[in-house]
Amino acid sequence: MAMKFEKKEDGHYLLDVTGYVCPHPQIYTKKALEKLSGGEMLEVVFDNPSSSESISAMCDSNGNKIVDKAMEGGIFTFKIEKD
Amino acid sequence: MEIEVPRKNKLWALGIVAFFVIISVGTFAAHEYYVYLQAYLWFGFIYGMCLQYGRFCFASAFRDLFAVGVPRMAVGIMIATILFGFTSAFVNATGWSTFHPAPTSIHAAIAGLIFGVGMVFAGGCASGSLYKSGEGNGVAMLVVLSISVTQSSFVDIGGWFNKLVPKSWAASAATKGLPDTINVSDGWVDQYLAGYVWDQPVLRVAELMGMKTDSISGAFLGNLLTGVGLPAMLILLWVYYVWVKRNYKKKVVQEKGVFTFGDHFRGFWSMITASKRTSIAGLFLGVACGLQMFVIEGLRMKFGVKNAGTILERLGYDFGLSAKGTVFDPGYWYVTTQEAQWVGWLMQKLGWNNMDNIFFGWVNGIPNPAFNPADWMSVALIGGAAVMALLHGEFKWKAPTKELAIWALIGGALMGIGSRLALGCNVGGFFVRAANGDPSGWLFGIGMIGGAFIGVKFFNWWTERKMAKEMAAFDL
Repeated sequence: MAMKFEKKEDGHYLLDVTGYVCPHPQIYTKKALEKLSGGEMLEVVFDNPSSSESISAMCDSNGNKIVDKAMEGGIFTFKIEKD
Repeated sequence: MEIEVPRKNKLWALGIVAFFVIISVGTFAAHEYYVYLQAYLWFGFIYGMCLQYGRFCFASAFRDLFAVGVPRMAVGIMIATILFGFTSAFVNATGWSTFHPAPTSIHAAIAGLIFGVGMVFAGGCASGSLYKSGEGNGVAMLVVLSISVTQSSFVDIGGWFNKLVPKSWAASAATKGLPDTINVSDGWVDQYLAGYVWDQPVLRVAELMGMKTDSISGAFLGNLLTGVGLPAMLILLWVYYVWVKRNYKKKVVQEKGVFTFGDHFRGFWSMITASKRTSIAGLFLGVACGLQMFVIEGLRMKFGVKNAGTILERLGYDFGLSAKGTVFDPGYWYVTTQEAQWVGWLMQKLGWNNMDNIFFGWVNGIPNPAFNPADWMSVALIGGAAVMALLHGEFKWKAPTKELAIWALIGGALMGIGSRLALGCNVGGFFVRAANGDPSGWLFGIGMIGGAFIGVKFFNWWTERKMAKEMAAFDL
């Protein structure tokens, strides 16, 4: 499955990197967050378990806030608010 | 994050454990010699559980630093190396270590560089790809296949490639007294090994400092403190200074309004303790790695053997033993050589004569994978990782996409070549050697960091292109 980036609503974007392995999910997340403005939301969907720690650590370090984390059937969904 | 683990996951995990228990009990009933293989199996199982739990991946360590500024794994790897160094020092001091240092020269750094680029392309290092295979990751399985096939072919290349061998290597290789069956004048890797690598110094930091490795001062002061602790601490300080300090300082200034020298210590410590999961895995890995050396050496003494080749021969499995009667039997954690062996065994069965090279024919052999101790370790590692992934609801079958399959094959091939040039991968070439005070391990590590940097540069360019295309429709 190819990487997908789309707008869900104003100020809320979806990045779907399901099927991708490291380092793709974290690099795409970083690049997508760089393009967003403060207060906007990025919903990242991925299924590579080790990317969950990397994305969490990256957000912690950059000041971006993960407002919701969910995992079901091996698929992770993180909602990240841009600082 | 609340995770509900389905009952079928627990049943599968139980099934995997039961499978390994049945193998162990059944083979022990057949002959007590199988305990030797079982030791490899259960240590492999522990490694798999630790790796999956801690997301322990050497590729992630420096790739995530360069790509997204996350130091978590680089820190975890250094902690595990120090802890393994501690258990190794203890085992070395008792004289029960199975570790043998590798020749030290620039070849280790060059091999590490090739390996480092490969692991970033592949999305995981050699051990990382094994544990991710246990998570049901099809890309990782392709990487393992690519590493295996590339190594097995690379060690046997001759013909036109012989023209690339420097005359000095060919001349030196001819003086090593290898049997005619090896035909050392035919094969690039053979002449690289016998004509160059074997001529390099084999030493450890303790010996460089004039101490004996199996003495307490040599093991702890020479190898552990100077050979492991010092370089690992320098890397940790570099990571703190470049990637952690700025953000930590910003946070402290926001909270207290001032940043003191003491805050550097607190910042450094917060970096060390940032990922509990990785640190716990590093702790168990470090202890298990040292313990495996101890156990294998004990079993060798019990059975009166120096190599598993003798055990296989006594059990009646003498196919694929090397010209010296040996098989690959490191006595500690290793990944890539056994991957080359199973493909080598398969190729031999298909009619390829690959026992006329040093790697298979003189040193490691190509035993039936069903009785190869190191293969038992790798299969159990995948099993251990699968159990851990199943119990955390993280197991998921994933077929590779065309794009990822290409990266997996290219990355795996580069890791395969790097592994054979260094005589080991991120585990055997770096982790085990660095933790035992072998300078060649750190040289491989430096090369690997350089390779990760190059790989990340490439991936940044690649993903930037794709993101630009995807985002073109939005005003961002």
